[in-house]
Amino acid sequence: MTTEAADSTDAVGTVAPAADPGFLQRHGGTIEYVLIPGAALVGALAVFGIFVAMFGKNPLDLYFYMYYGAFGTWFSWQNTLTRAAPLILTALCTALPAQLGMVIIGGEGALLIGALSATSAALALQGLPPLVVQIAMVCAGAIGGGLWIMLSGGLRQYRGVNETISSLLLVYIALAILNHLVEGLMRDPASLNKPSTREIGAANMIGSIPGTDVHWGLAFGLIAAIASYILIYHTVFGFAARVAGGNIRAAKIVGLGVDKLILTVCFLAGGAAGLAGMVEVAAVQGRTNANLAAGYGFTGILVAFLARQNPLAIIPVAILLGGISASGGLLQRRLGLPDASVLVLQGIIFVFVLASDALYGRIGFLKGKS
Amino acid sequence: MADGSIGLWTVPLAVLGGAIRVSTPFLFVSLGECITERAGRINLGLEGTLVVGAMSAYGISYLTGSPWLGVLAAGITGALLGALHAGICSLPRVNDVAVGIALMLFGTGLAFYLGKPLIEPTAPRLPAIDFGWWSDIPQVRAALRINVLFLIGVVLAPILYWAFRTTRWGLLIRTAGESSDAARAMGHSVLLIRLRATMAGGFLAGIGGSFLSLFYPGSWNEGLSSGQGITAVALVIFARWDPLLCLWASLAFGGAAALGPALQSVGITSGYHLFNAAPYILTLAIMIITCSPKRTLTGAPAELSITR
Repeated sequence: MTTEAADSTDAVGTVAPAADPGFLQRHGGTIEYVLIPGAALVGALAVFGIFVAMFGKNPLDLYFYMYYGAFGTWFSWQNTLTRAAPLILTALCTALPAQLGMVIIGGEGALLIGALSATSAALALQGLPPLVVQIAMVCAGAIGGGLWIMLSGGLRQYRGVNETISSLLLVYIALAILNHLVEGLMRDPASLNKPSTREIGAANMIGSIPGTDVHWGLAFGLIAAIASYILIYHTVFGFAARVAGGNIRAAKIVGLGVDKLILTVCFLAGGAAGLAGMVEVAAVQGRTNANLAAGYGFTGILVAFLARQNPLAIIPVAILLGGISASGGLLQRRLGLPDASVLVLQGIIFVFVLASDALYGRIGFLKGKS
Repeated sequence: MADGSIGLWTVPLAVLGGAIRVSTPFLFVSLGECITERAGRINLGLEGTLVVGAMSAYGISYLTGSPWLGVLAAGITGALLGALHAGICSLPRVNDVAVGIALMLFGTGLAFYLGKPLIEPTAPRLPAIDFGWWSDIPQVRAALRINVLFLIGVVLAPILYWAFRTTRWGLLIRTAGESSDAARAMGHSVLLIRLRATMAGGFLAGIGGSFLSLFYPGSWNEGLSSGQGITAVALVIFARWDPLLCLWASLAFGGAAALGPALQSVGITSGYHLFNAAPYILTLAIMIITCSPKRTLTGAPAELSITR
């Protein structure tokens, strides 16, 4: 350790002699949090390029179309942002419990239950002013999703059931409930090929941000991410949550109500994912059906890990991964790649990001901070 | 009786047949996960391994015409995914649960990508042995058409039980799972033991996947596995890391999973999706009953991250 520290001071001197010598000392840690995930991303893209090249496609075309389909035009930007909105919200479903040291991967389930609750609220309140219906949908979606993930948190806290496994099992149960209701009790008799609920009504849709085709769900996502950041890093509640996540025994000794913390954080996390379901219903689908299980919940897990569970970092990462999935259609049309190629790339990115955890504190010239 | 109409008896028979037929993937994945977790690591990526195994078995069976080569290929790809999991986990400060989630997504994506051209063609399936020859009732005969892989799994469970208790390898795996310091003190590399245990687990999970595509349901499509892998991982927890209990639990799960199709066959279609979710509800219920926040589970390997 001491020799490495000596190396790093040398490195500071050689790499940035002209700059403020204290700069790396103060910001080395922050730079690390950008540099290492960035390097992991580049590595993953390189491996994906090799993978695609094995199937006779030109990797340079691949990168070009990915960029073009994600950020190349105003149209693709709008597509990207539309996909980023639910990703921000589902990523919060993993990132918030992570502050308490919990690994929740059931965002997809909370999204489905949120969508179902929001649709039920809208169908029950038909005829009321749209604003009332919309507010009711937001509340129903958030509460439905919140209770769903709170179930995982409660099971862990009161019964010792592993929250990772229970939240994933709840995804499959949520999907079964959704299919059951959509094909039975809540089915619109007019939906023949694709069983769906009745439409919530065009007036109750939340619409687009003026001047764009991006729906208001993006604003929901941004607000939720910023609010989560403030909650975790600038409130007593967030401080207590981080203490409990760091050392649960210490938290109990100083008298923190750990049970309540865990249940509240899980409720907020599930609420965010439930809101994503509400947004998908009220801004995209207009009704609930099996289309909602589009994998936003699972990509959200990746977003949270890539953002290192930081709610503010989730925003750019969600836009990046929204861009990758937005470019999927173009890759399919221009390069003839299967639609699963986006999944493969996401998987490779995930693997690289986790492997890159080993690099923190080991990059010589960034180690000025000690 | 002779005309084959046996009324509601169809349901228990179909559940019994399902317990035998549907349980095989659960059995292989849970036995594999049992080996991995006994060595002190959890691999949630077996869900992905199952799908990759199913895809590669179908592909190889289609290309070579031999379903048994397909089974072997599924095992090998499973072991490779296991090696990837173990390799990443052996880096410092890498969380095995998170790597498992990553490999779950990666495996599913890879299988869908490579399996795209395999949805159309028909590959040779695994043969079944007819144990129901003595009966005239078609439902009984259907229930007793048993695949060889199931029999291998049934034999494997007691062998593993015995191997964990008495062989040198079993002892090494358990030592790595109970106390990595002790294993290190004995001069063994914990990382190497876990690498081998994870590869063995992946091998078995891959074979479980081959059963899905080559016997039951017996085709390759993207909806082939929906959570069987993760259910099997949970199953190991309440089977108390005991291969013999894994066998009984898998049979119970197979029966639960067969309930939906069985009821549908006698005309009870309402609640079809809910009955299909029976294995997940059963898993959750059993975990709620058997887990406790106050004590660690009996039989849990001490090094396992999820039980600490």
